[in-house]
Amino acid sequence: MRHNISVLLENEAGALSRVSGLFSARGYNIESLTVAPTEDPSMSRMTIVTRGSEEVIEQIVKQLNKLIEVVKVVDLNEGAHIERELMLVKVKAEGEWREELKRMSDIFRGRIIDVADGTYTIELTGNGSKLDAFLEALDPSVILETVRTGACGIGRGERVLKV
Amino acid sequence: MELSGAEITVRCLQEEGVEFAFGYPGGAVLYIYDEIFKQNKVKHVLVRHEQAAVHAADGYARATGRVGVALVTSGPGATNAVTGIATAYMDSIPMVIISGQVPTAAIGLDAFQEVDMVGITRPCVKHNFLVKDVKDLASTIKKAFHIAATGRPGPVVVDIPKDVTTHLAKFEYPKSVSLRSYSPVTKGHPMQIKKAVKLLLSAKRPFVYTGGGVILSESSNALIKLVKQLGVPCTSTLMGLGAYPETDRQHLGMLGMHGTYEANMAMQHCDVLLAVGARFDDRVIGNTEHFKQEKRQIIHIDIDPSSISKRVKVDVPIVGDVGQVLEEMLKQLQASKDKGEQAALKAWWAQIELWRSKNCLNYDRSSKIIKPQFVIEKLWEVTKGDAYVTSDVGQHQMWAAQYYKFDKPRRWINSGGLGTMGFGLPSAMGVKMAFPKANVACITGEASIQMCIQELSTCKQYHLPIKVITLNNRYMGMVRQWQQFFHGNRYSESYMDALPDFVKLAEAYGHVGIRIEKPSDVEGALKEAFKLKDKLVFMDFLTDQTENVYPMVPGGKGLSEMILAEDL
Repeated sequence: MRHNISVLLENEAGALSRVSGLFSARGYNIESLTVAPTEDPSMSRMTIVTRGSEEVIEQIVKQLNKLIEVVKVVDLNEGAHIERELMLVKVKAEGEWREELKRMSDIFRGRIIDVADGTYTIELTGNGSKLDAFLEALDPSVILETVRTGACGIGRGERVLKV
Repeated sequence: MELSGAEITVRCLQEEGVEFAFGYPGGAVLYIYDEIFKQNKVKHVLVRHEQAAVHAADGYARATGRVGVALVTSGPGATNAVTGIATAYMDSIPMVIISGQVPTAAIGLDAFQEVDMVGITRPCVKHNFLVKDVKDLASTIKKAFHIAATGRPGPVVVDIPKDVTTHLAKFEYPKSVSLRSYSPVTKGHPMQIKKAVKLLLSAKRPFVYTGGGVILSESSNALIKLVKQLGVPCTSTLMGLGAYPETDRQHLGMLGMHGTYEANMAMQHCDVLLAVGARFDDRVIGNTEHFKQEKRQIIHIDIDPSSISKRVKVDVPIVGDVGQVLEEMLKQLQASKDKGEQAALKAWWAQIELWRSKNCLNYDRSSKIIKPQFVIEKLWEVTKGDAYVTSDVGQHQMWAAQYYKFDKPRRWINSGGLGTMGFGLPSAMGVKMAFPKANVACITGEASIQMCIQELSTCKQYHLPIKVITLNNRYMGMVRQWQQFFHGNRYSESYMDALPDFVKLAEAYGHVGIRIEKPSDVEGALKEAFKLKDKLVFMDFLTDQTENVYPMVPGGKGLSEMILAEDL
């Protein structure tokens, strides 16, 4: 099953490679991994999307907790949570496509953040499947480039991950 | 007053009460060595290869329970240390390894003797640090010792660039450390402990399986009391030997791939298993699917949550310090009126005695060729079972584990997890440094000993009268055994050709060498060797080339699917 694991860790050089090294050394899969400092600059928050059986996920959480620089680990799938991912798509926007792509972007509640003679760059946020759906809705020939941040997630309601 | 980074490093070691630093100098650590020269609190032991420095510090740590310290230079010094670090990591041994690094400005520029030590060691350390600012040096070393020794112990690397050792900072050694991201649990959950006690008392076929965690947590006494109180059989992994006296009837010997018939059968057929500081690894329970076929309830005590339910699903997990949890269980047991299933326990013991009567460690005692098992048995007799025994890796290691009956913890020192050939002699140096008056024997083979044989020179320099017991069968014995069993007797590259004359070699290093070729000479040679109190004696026993280690659970097989000596 797909799990979204959130990790608070010390914002120190090398902390990221400890986590990614752990995943490769133990053969765990990483679907996506995002990391950035939190409001407390001494700490980073990482979101790892991974797949595995219950036993494997349990081991992943335990092994992450074992890393000295990891402060807290939560498997967001243990409760209700929201997931978001940001995607930038550069599309060929010429002729009749210019209007069509604008409409598509509106339908998916995207924003065009860069306009050039022959291209648009569309910004889109949502969960992974929404971003997938947008790409599928486009004619493959117009897609010039895509970049995605990978998912980040947060618990619903009063569920808080904090030290 | 401000001190240089080099001086701070050495002062930190002094503050930690470090007796010995095992190491080898080089460019990046010259300033640290200069400070070592100026003081005499921390004694430096100069090895002949950095791998040996780490193994020696490891042997010291295993024998004493204290943090072992090694000091190596950058680049090749650091990479040579890696095998030793990985060895310590696999067996959870508390160590601090200080490595030199090229100056901070040169890092990343492929400087002479540069290697990314933090990167290379990341998967085989408990933690590691690169100190970029001399102001962080003392607190980092303090953290390193703290992390190495607490929780599930392990090696910690502190990588120090050369310029940091020359920079100045005010020296203040922190009295304590607090890390928001690291606070190992020590006290077990009371409800879980209660559940465990209840389960143990309801058991009809209880069994206690103990590992290295009992030794690391110094909880041998608590274990003995608990096993005695319950009147149940127990076993031990390779790493746990000595935590429970092996000469006691309740101990069924080691379990696992080369465990005794009775221990493996009891492990397979028990209905309640108490696992203490052990991790159900592949060399212990073999095929997990086969192990799961028999229904049993498992209680698992371990300080490392990730060891619990890793390979085998556990019913009652207890995360905590083994010693504290055992004491708590004992308290509850003693207070309980429930005496357990006495009749069932009696029947269980009868079954165990039946298994034991197979006498699975029997061997040909009338052989005209020296049997390796015989040498170990005689060693046990001659040393009255009270020596510190280190070993290398292979058949001799298994025979040592099977035939030397360890009655005390920290007496059996071997590379269990990583299986590092070359570990025996340097680790024996660390033990002998710690306990100069004790008998220290290194049981090895003619293949393993050659992997760190240069340390005979270190032994000479520091007057370390270790007794080296080489079971010389002219083969990499364990490789040959597997080739015989599983590769159609094709002994691919496992014959040790062009062996040196070990007697002359020992003499060349300034030691005593003895070659023993007849069973009748074994005891006499051992007695003579241990009488030479101030000499390292290298004993070259020419043993049976065809002897195998039995019982054996072949790889991928279940615990009860052993090959016994009598089967062949």
